[in-house]
Amino acid sequence: MPAMSNFARFYAWLDARTGVGALGKLAKKKDVPIHRHTAWYYLGGMTAFLFLIQLCTGLLLLFYYRPSAGEAYESVQFLMAEVQFGWLIRSIHSWAANLMIFTLFLHLFTVLLVKAYRPPRDLTWFSGVILLALALAFGFTGYLLPWNELAYFATRVGTQIAGVLPVVGNFLLRVLRGGEDVSGATLTRFYAIHVALLPITTLALVGLHVVLVQRHGMSIPLQAESAKGPKRSMPFFPNFLLRDLVGWLAALAILAALAAFIPAELGTKADPFASAPVGIKPEWYFMFMFQTLKMLPAHILGIEGELFGVLAFGLGGLFLFLVPVLDRKSAAGERSPVFTWIAVAMIAFIIVMTIVGYTVDPSA
Amino acid sequence: MADSFSTKPTPRRKFLDWLLGTSVGGLAAAVLYPATRYLIPPRAGESSAATVTLPLKPDDIAVNTGQIFKFGNRAGLLIRTSNNELKAFSATCTHLGCIVRYRPDLGEIWCACHNGHFDLNGRNVSGPPPAPLEDFTVNVRGDQIVVGKRT
Repeated sequence: MPAMSNFARFYAWLDARTGVGALGKLAKKKDVPIHRHTAWYYLGGMTAFLFLIQLCTGLLLLFYYRPSAGEAYESVQFLMAEVQFGWLIRSIHSWAANLMIFTLFLHLFTVLLVKAYRPPRDLTWFSGVILLALALAFGFTGYLLPWNELAYFATRVGTQIAGVLPVVGNFLLRVLRGGEDVSGATLTRFYAIHVALLPITTLALVGLHVVLVQRHGMSIPLQAESAKGPKRSMPFFPNFLLRDLVGWLAALAILAALAAFIPAELGTKADPFASAPVGIKPEWYFMFMFQTLKMLPAHILGIEGELFGVLAFGLGGLFLFLVPVLDRKSAAGERSPVFTWIAVAMIAFIIVMTIVGYTVDPSA
Repeated sequence: MADSFSTKPTPRRKFLDWLLGTSVGGLAAAVLYPATRYLIPPRAGESSAATVTLPLKPDDIAVNTGQIFKFGNRAGLLIRTSNNELKAFSATCTHLGCIVRYRPDLGEIWCACHNGHFDLNGRNVSGPPPAPLEDFTVNVRGDQIVVGKRT
């Protein structure tokens, strides 16, 4: 009997106790299809990688941050100015959040366009859309935590939008704000949501999402499935995983460069008794909605403009969520160009409104 | 024996199921009700004052400028118009609740958040705001400015 290496002995010991060998076998069996859309398979993993960075840097920020209206701004100021590498940790947290939402949007749109949501992957899609909503909630609640002027007014507007909903609006507004106005009570609520509620929910849902992806394997686009010629694939381990790692390394390099050269700013401290600053704007991923609300007239079809806008975006979100149910044709394995066009229109609307939001004169 | 079991088993089992179901439901309600009420913030006492004396003298505010003041826990906007008239409004935009400002270049009240314009009577003249700003009374008593709600 050949002598076992120390690692092999340790692995055997561990396997006997945990069954970890089953995972290794699973990874060996897993294949990733190769076709012209293979590149999009990397986006989910990249989003997960950025989320991991958020967990780590978020944890570090908690060591110095103080969640109260009187101290929040000062504690972030202290972190940025006095704590060694405090500025870097906060910049990485802020930039990784933006990059994560960017890759998340790309992931969503590519899955939408190649129609990878077809059953039995509809549940995977549902969990993904909920994860997008959670990521946006992460962004919205985290934006307020430094308690600066921009964040204060963005939160005032954002929570007021919930308040325009009929029947439940006022109730929802008070629960979100912890009172009638955005105040220290809102800050502690957003803090609890941002550092406890959302991370736990997101981790659980990411777990489900990944298990479902493993269970069903990678979706092959209809186009690639019907293409002639032999089907090609590569093993997940190590071929795909190594490529994944290259992507993560690239993301890390971009992140480090952005955080070092364009560090996150703090701005001026929030003052509930000051006029909203000129050029106030939300995070870029809310810009298309912000700009649309800005352009709507006061009244549309007899209801208030912003209620109309909020309901329209709500319906849009619901439509996105229900795409696997609504798109019967692709579920049956047929081409469904209508849904491709709807997806393209949605993406175009988001891009155009975002650009308009950043280019129009804010004081006009 | 078997027959006596099969003839009348349902009422008792149904009763026990019902008992179990209601106690689980009751337990859930007993847990969820306080938790839900806990999340709803207590109502803060609204400032009942109908008037407020501003920490400003009439001379502090120049012609064609505006200034934010505290009206209880809300913000108000005091303006000295180019006709040298003092006017006061609620500073909370009727659109989505931002704090408005006076724009000397336009002679209008303006909300930076969504580009809403109000004239000097508080009327919403353009942009998304759906309603006029609440206007307050302004009285100058010696070197004091007293702002009050309209009754």
